[in-house]
Amino acid sequence: MKKLTVNHMSFKQLNSLIRESSDNVFELDDVHGQRFIAAGMKNKKITIKGIPGNALGACLDLGSRIYVKNDCQDATGDTMNEGEIIICGNCGDTAGYSMRGGKLFIKESAGYRAGIHMKAYKNEKPSIIIGDTAGSFLGEYLAGGTIVVLGLNQNGKCPVGNFCGTGMHGGQIILRTDELPNDLPKQVVTRKAKKEDLESIKEIINQFCDEFSFDKNTIYNANFYILEPNSTIPYRQHYTTI
Amino acid sequence: MIVNLIQSEYEVIRDQNRCINCKLCEQQCSNGVNYYDKKLKAMLSDESKCVNCHRCVAICPTNALKIVKSQHCFKTNSNWSHHDITNIFRQAQTGGVLLSSMGNPKEYPVYWDKILINASQVTNPSIDPLREPMETRTFLGKKKLDIEFDENNNIITKTKPQMELKIPIMFGGMSYGSISYNAHKSLACAAEKLGIFYNTGEGGLHEDFYVYSENTIVQVASGRFGVHPNYLKAGKAIEIKMGQGAKPGIGGHLPGRKITKEVSKTRMIPEGNAAISPAPHHDIYSIEDLRQLVYMLKETTNYEKPIIVKIAAVHNIGAIASGIARCGADIIAIDGFRGGTGAAPLRIRDNVGIPIELALASVDKRLREEGIRNEVSLVASGTIRSSADVIKALALGADAVYISTSALIALGCHLCRSCHLGKCNWGIATQIKSLSDRLDPKEGCENLVNLINAWKREIKEMMGGMGINSIEALKGNRLMLRGIGLSEKELEILGIQHAGE
Amino acid sequence: MDRIKKEGEIRIPSGCAISGIFSKQGNRFSGQTAIDSIRVMHNRSNGLGGGFAGYGIYPEYKDYYAFHIFYMDSIAKKECMDFLEAHFDMINLSKIPTRKIPSITDEPMIWRYFLSPLPTKLAESQLEEDEYVARCTISVNSKIKGAFIVSSGKNMGVFKAQGYPEDVGDFYKLDEYRGYSWTAHGRYPTNTPGWWGGAHPFSLLNYSVVHNGEISSYDANRRYIEMFGYKCTLQTDTEVITYMIDFLNRKKKIDLKRVAHILAAPFWSTIDRMNDQQKQEYKYLRNNYESFLVTGPFSIIVSYENGLMALNDRLKLRSLVVGEKDDMVYMASEEEAIRVVAPKLDSIYFPKGGEPYIVELEKEV
Repeated sequence: MKKLTVNHMSFKQLNSLIRESSDNVFELDDVHGQRFIAAGMKNKKITIKGIPGNALGACLDLGSRIYVKNDCQDATGDTMNEGEIIICGNCGDTAGYSMRGGKLFIKESAGYRAGIHMKAYKNEKPSIIIGDTAGSFLGEYLAGGTIVVLGLNQNGKCPVGNFCGTGMHGGQIILRTDELPNDLPKQVVTRKAKKEDLESIKEIINQFCDEFSFDKNTIYNANFYILEPNSTIPYRQHYTTI
Repeated sequence: MIVNLIQSEYEVIRDQNRCINCKLCEQQCSNGVNYYDKKLKAMLSDESKCVNCHRCVAICPTNALKIVKSQHCFKTNSNWSHHDITNIFRQAQTGGVLLSSMGNPKEYPVYWDKILINASQVTNPSIDPLREPMETRTFLGKKKLDIEFDENNNIITKTKPQMELKIPIMFGGMSYGSISYNAHKSLACAAEKLGIFYNTGEGGLHEDFYVYSENTIVQVASGRFGVHPNYLKAGKAIEIKMGQGAKPGIGGHLPGRKITKEVSKTRMIPEGNAAISPAPHHDIYSIEDLRQLVYMLKETTNYEKPIIVKIAAVHNIGAIASGIARCGADIIAIDGFRGGTGAAPLRIRDNVGIPIELALASVDKRLREEGIRNEVSLVASGTIRSSADVIKALALGADAVYISTSALIALGCHLCRSCHLGKCNWGIATQIKSLSDRLDPKEGCENLVNLINAWKREIKEMMGGMGINSIEALKGNRLMLRGIGLSEKELEILGIQHAGE
Repeated sequence: MDRIKKEGEIRIPSGCAISGIFSKQGNRFSGQTAIDSIRVMHNRSNGLGGGFAGYGIYPEYKDYYAFHIFYMDSIAKKECMDFLEAHFDMINLSKIPTRKIPSITDEPMIWRYFLSPLPTKLAESQLEEDEYVARCTISVNSKIKGAFIVSSGKNMGVFKAQGYPEDVGDFYKLDEYRGYSWTAHGRYPTNTPGWWGGAHPFSLLNYSVVHNGEISSYDANRRYIEMFGYKCTLQTDTEVITYMIDFLNRKKKIDLKRVAHILAAPFWSTIDRMNDQQKQEYKYLRNNYESFLVTGPFSIIVSYENGLMALNDRLKLRSLVVGEKDDMVYMASEEEAIRVVAPKLDSIYFPKGGEPYIVELEKEV
């Protein structure tokens, strides 16, 4: 395990150190907003103390794990391919943009536009789990994968902002709440979660609880709704040929 | 010996292989162009009567007909066109003022087609209107810039009267008399469905249409046809017609034969009597008289309706508009020289007035220079042909547009420019019942709704492309436009830069 | 070769970083804090502009208007000085002290004046003091070539230049100033602005605005606000936003919260779902002030003598974080810019789109 005190090292230097080292496990101390940490990283694990800058774990690859003890900023997990990113706090806007695989767990809240255009392919089933709330435009253009918002501090109130799921055409958004958002587009269809639905996400929820020491019973003992694309009403511009 | 100086401009070509002698074309043509010849056992056409309205072409079950430009021609002459020559023949024969309809067809520049629209990239994102909010709702009327608060620090929300539109497009004034009852019904019904407005024109409001009050602008023109207190109260706004783009400075004349029973009732004049709209309002000889009329109408309707003043786009339009803004009008409607009409003298239609693009740009600029742009909303017309024209008009400074020719085309008009003959085969510009019955108001309404909805979708796409998601941010936003192929002076008047800058 | 057009002759789009720090009790702290905060957002700028606004920095002269002025040449200086002498009592004047920094070059002459409107001229104009000063400022900036009044408020000042903001802060020796409110800005313009006036913050009287984003409604806003005596000489988004806030808040006496609801009005779909009283109010604001609506991505921090307001566009297309610790409030484009000066926070908040976050002095300074 290699310990690095980052301070005001440039992101280029930091990433280079990680990439070229023969070590596979790192503990980064005193991180101060360096961008692109672990971009494209493969088969390495990092723990971060301090606030990582934008685009943490962008294009993250197989076998990687990033554990952040604080908040992180915008574009976390941008175009993530595989691996795990665990944030013990909040994350900024546009987390998990175009995520293709792996897991992004956020203990508290995510900003606007989380999980835009997340997509699944063959064995890749990306997932984002957010402990408290997510801002507007969650899962915009969602093409595949699973987003779960648990609303742990919301007492059953809707844990997402406006325009949730706009442009969704694949995948699932699962909300732990008593009230659904009141501005869902007609291209999204909702239903109460059945036992099979919860079974299918049990593994990732359990892992989420273990990471942050949440009580599993509290989580499961609540209402869950499933949001899915309505295949009968696709997004379609009304064209007429000339 | 009869000498026929005037030959038909068009020929009716019939493919005799396709023609099945169903005689529909004979029955449908109100001008008597097509007829069945018993001896030849075939359908023939007398092209001298053809106005090129395409009714026969459209209804022929076998597509056997087409109208082509006649190959009969004068010697090529860049100075004397075919029209210049034949119009002299006509005037020499009759001594009359040449009469025409619809808008100026001559080759003057169409500035809409020389203006390009921006799109956002890199430095500013574009917006997807299908998935993100894109707002076209707008209000017309005076904007108040001072706020008053009550004891609880809540805003006192009383404003001058406003018109709320779901999209900044309205149907312009076309009188009942110049167009048919069914055409009016289509417009009124569509305005209601779309959440916009239609305009009665100067022919009054038929009692059947009072039910569409919430979406009606009632017009008060120089002849004050059908103007009585209930009429005024029936409109959501009142438009004083000072002029129109097709015939600035002159009045109107609806011939007696078009004053049918229903038209007479609506206009409140005797049947068969010609309806003359004087050139000026004969009680408005100066700007202060206009102010008087504006306030007269406001008092009569208890200040509940915004007052629109409609003017034709002419020289010095900036100063005229400034005067109108200061005389109490809430909205100014400017009609460009391409505007249409049911009947106007040819020379006035084709030579008087200026393009709406230039007029709009200079009025908007002038009102801002004087610090009074918020006193009035501006409505532009003459001609708006597509959603792209609407976007350009708004970016130049309009708050909304009127469409009239476009609306009639949606109802079936083919711009044959023969409205003044009163025998419109499409049932639009006629009072002959057998013809106006051809326009089904239900279908007409649907066509208009389709047209505006289609334009709405296109407007949203273009707005999204510019990175604008509420229509307010497009108003007067000249930096979104660039000119192409325009002179320095034209660019200066339009207040836009050249493409590439 | 043709001279490349300067900012103000053309419009230059840009992206940026912003930061704001405020003491609710009015405790004055060094400008170094603002420098440390903006430094970590180095990657959001490209070195072509940086600036700071400090409030409470001239307590000995707090009753006078503090003018910070750039002069490109001595002719501009003379013309401007003549104008100032004709319109103001000059209490004090001096060059603003600066340090030599290798990355900051080609600086104009930078002067500071403490002024009071000439009583006779003020009475003649029949204007209120603030309006008089605003008009003089706009007059100088639009009419005197080569002179630019950077800030014109009381007990505050704007310090800006072409360079990375941390270098700009160093250049102006901001570590030696103490104020209760500091905002900072780093700029990323898409081509060379050409001169220092274009950097941010933009300021008029006691308002200064730092702004991140590019607004698509710019020309609609500009062509409207210019009706009321303002002149957008720099053609920047920040300038037009500052003028609109000055007009609505100072001249029309509309409170800042409502000003935010005018600039970033909620969507009609949101308004239609409100209760009657609120619906009427929002509809009234949105209709009457339609030309003040700002569309396009933006996050702004507005400083004024009593506080700071942070505001995002309705879709929150730019990032903004607010943190509080005891008496201090921090705002920035990135959380790290707050943590680096305040590692432990009592609370952290991410304002929603269109929702203003306002913090004000809790006692007089």
